[in-house]
Amino acid sequence: MKELKLRAEAKELEKVQAFVRGEMEAANCPLKAVSQVEIAVEEIYVNIAHYAYPSSDGEVTIRCAVSREEGKVLIQFLDKGIPFDPLAKEDADTSLPARERPIGGLGILMVKKMMDEVTYRCEDGKNILSMVKNL
Amino acid sequence: MTITKNVEKEVLTLALEGRLDTNTAPELENKIAEELTADIQTLILDLKELEYISSAGLRVLLSAQKKMNKQGSMVVKNANEMIMDVFQVTGFVDILTIE
Repeated sequence: MKELKLRAEAKELEKVQAFVRGEMEAANCPLKAVSQVEIAVEEIYVNIAHYAYPSSDGEVTIRCAVSREEGKVLIQFLDKGIPFDPLAKEDADTSLPARERPIGGLGILMVKKMMDEVTYRCEDGKNILSMVKNL
Repeated sequence: MTITKNVEKEVLTLALEGRLDTNTAPELENKIAEELTADIQTLILDLKELEYISSAGLRVLLSAQKKMNKQGSMVVKNANEMIMDVFQVTGFVDILTIE
């Protein structure tokens, strides 16, 4: 499993996506899957930057493992910020018309739609968010 | 992201190129705030060269749609397959006018 460690700041997003995209492209993953994973990675990463470390810039570790044999991409985010389960929030209601739609709440919904499995756990003071994309 | 603007009478067209993500969405938000004057009746967003959109981008589209519902109409055109996919799963196909 490859690993990238950096400060959890939204402006580092490009590096995170380049890392994951690089791993997936090196394994010849389909372009559509790469794009879908990139979206999920952005939503989770930005969430960590905003909510796990609201006042300071803590560190986040991103792990990525691509297995073409198993047809799976596994991505993990580890941080030591405020314990926060992004999956606990209710999904945005996608059936509402524009004027009734709240601005927001779409990020986590996108993660759930783009990935096949998403799990959160808090362990030894760490937030661990794992997600799997089937290829 | 590159935003190219074209105004013809009361029709404002913004052509987006590149990635509409957390870091570039404010650029579009500002551009819309700047260019969307009260006399504009139609806002066209041309997504032909847009490669990627995340929820931050969707938020800007939604707020533009809400604005245009009050003063005219908004049309989104030339979205690629990936972006259409995002519109589908988020229910944006029902909110936006897509050509």
